Amino acid sequence: MDILNAIVAFTNFVFIPATAYGAQLALGALGATLVYGILRFSNFAQGDTMAFGTMATIYGTWGLQAMGVSFGPLPTALLALPFGILVTVGLLLATDFSVYRFYRKQKVAPTILVIVSLGVMFVMNGITRIMIGVEEQNFTDGERFVFTAREFKEWSGLNEGMALKTTQAVTIVTAVLVVAWLFWFLQKTRTGKSMRAFSDNEDLALLSGINPNHVVRVTWILVAILATIAGVLYGLDKSFKPFTYFQLLLPIFAAAVVGGLGNPLGAIAGGFVVAYSEVFVTYAWKKVIGYLVPADMAPDGLVQLMSTDYKLAVSFIILIIVLLFMPTGLFKGKSG
Amino acid sequence: MISVQNLHKKFGAFHAVDGATLEIATGSITGLIGPNGAGKTTLFNVIAGRLPASCGKVLMAGEDITGLPPHELFHKGLLRTFQIAHEFGSMTVRENLMMVPENQAGETLWNTWFGRGRVAEEERRIRDKADEVLEFLTITHLADEKASNISGGQKKLLELGRTMMVDAKIVFLDEVGAGVNRTLLNTIGDAIVRLNKERGYTFCVIEHDMDFIARLCDPVICMAEGKVLAQGTVDEVKNDERVIEAYLGTGLKNKVKSNA
Ligand SMILES: Nc1ncnc2c1ncn2[C@@H]1O[C@H](COP(=O)(O)OP(=O)(O)OP(=O)(O)O)[C@@H](O)[C@H]1O
Ligand SMILES: [Mg+2]
Repeated sequence: MDILNAIVAFTNFVFIPATAYGAQLALGALGATLVYGILRFSNFAQGDTMAFGTMATIYGTWGLQAMGVSFGPLPTALLALPFGILVTVGLLLATDFSVYRFYRKQKVAPTILVIVSLGVMFVMNGITRIMIGVEEQNFTDGERFVFTAREFKEWSGLNEGMALKTTQAVTIVTAVLVVAWLFWFLQKTRTGKSMRAFSDNEDLALLSGINPNHVVRVTWILVAILATIAGVLYGLDKSFKPFTYFQLLLPIFAAAVVGGLGNPLGAIAGGFVVAYSEVFVTYAWKKVIGYLVPADMAPDGLVQLMSTDYKLAVSFIILIIVLLFMPTGLFKGKSG
Repeated sequence: MISVQNLHKKFGAFHAVDGATLEIATGSITGLIGPNGAGKTTLFNVIAGRLPASCGKVLMAGEDITGLPPHELFHKGLLRTFQIAHEFGSMTVRENLMMVPENQAGETLWNTWFGRGRVAEEERRIRDKADEVLEFLTITHLADEKASNISGGQKKLLELGRTMMVDAKIVFLDEVGAGVNRTLLNTIGDAIVRLNKERGYTFCVIEHDMDFIARLCDPVICMAEGKVLAQGTVDEVKNDERVIEAYLGTGLKNKVKSNA
């Protein structure tokens, strides 16, 4: 029995990575949930918006690097973020102007908008791949670790090491700041209140003189900000590959639905539920259990519930269970 | 002020509004009565841009406003209340009122960052206005209550309050007095008259309570089955053969008789 080592191993291999991943999903899901709450459709292009924003930020990063600019121990990409966000805002506003506005005017059913967003997704997907290619891009620079496993071992005297990657720390700090800012924005500012009013009761919002065009525009701007930040954090933490981002759509929607579509608080909770579930069932628990049980009872196998190849299945199962038993999600959302 | 010309609204094959033609004179408080299902609310919905017209025209001060979206009509000074009260449930009663004035500086991202002073000052002004309206409606004590928690009658007052937040030209009230007690109903009546006299609002009022109509409205328009049956003073309309028939036909004979 070695509880301390078990806790350290758990923190290192499960808790920290899952928390960082959860924060990335939460930001992605926030974007999806805003679109659902205000424009009233599930935006299939969310994953590819993240990919596009990340791609733009990567170009910004390369530009800065070429100019010899760096951000000390932090990734240069953080400096390029504003650029990536601006480009993405431009793209989303242009998309809204040229595509969604047309359908909004016709007052089409939400299902039609979902299919429209599927088309937008393919186009964005194509733009990103044409501009940066389909291969994996690693754009993380700066210090790799806040502290390494070896440093931790020396400091603690334990067998088990624990490391905190800079990207994980950056992810968590950024996510906390962005979410705090978003909630302040939605709760306190007049613009945020118009958005909430619009999401609450569109009919009344219109009759109260709230300009729907403003609300829609601000929504897309927020979505661009959230999606780009989420995408860049994910890319820094793992790596950037357009296809992976497309696949993120599933966990993101699972997160948004678990929390209750249209509910920002729910999107955050959902992000962590999905991330923890995914990491829990795909992690090989052999090591942690080995510390907790007497040596002769230590498991021979990996004690892994599911291969990481199937991690998307976790989101899928969560999605199905929630839709079957709790269609409005943990926090009351608008679906169901 | 408002001129409705041969307006039709069909739901599938059903004619909810069937060629309605009517005038709402500037400065009047026009009553709109008619049996349940006569198409009064539907008429409001079409005039106020919530539903598209099947055919026909709506003019406001001579200008064609048919099919304009609600927020543009709001901009022109055309407001309405809902028969079934609507509210922003997650906000307080005061915040509900404060949403109303349009083009608030704080509604743009730019001002949210760079126009803090202006936004704050404007917000104070609108807040004072909202408090004034709440006091007028005698619901000051509800100011900080969440709007989803207040009673049905109080929501009706909130609906009326919304129209008082700006300088409207014409306000369509859809049974603003339904489910409201007598005392409050009188308060609402007084409010309507005052807004009409002091601030020059034109009103079009749907109401089933004939006392209320008789007290406030001239002229009165009666609709049935999507058509305008009669128009005139309360007494003229009440004694009109076709009107009595329309009410009798739908079994509302007593309603008319008791008020006659
Ligand atoms: N969205 C809709 N779809 C289909 N039918 C509708 C719709 N809205 C109203 N109707 C029908 O149109 C008719 C007129 O309805 P409306 O609500 O205008 O009546 P009203 O005169 O306001 O009645 P009340 O006094 O009961 O409020 C009713 O028969 C109703 O069933
Ligand atoms: Mg009605």
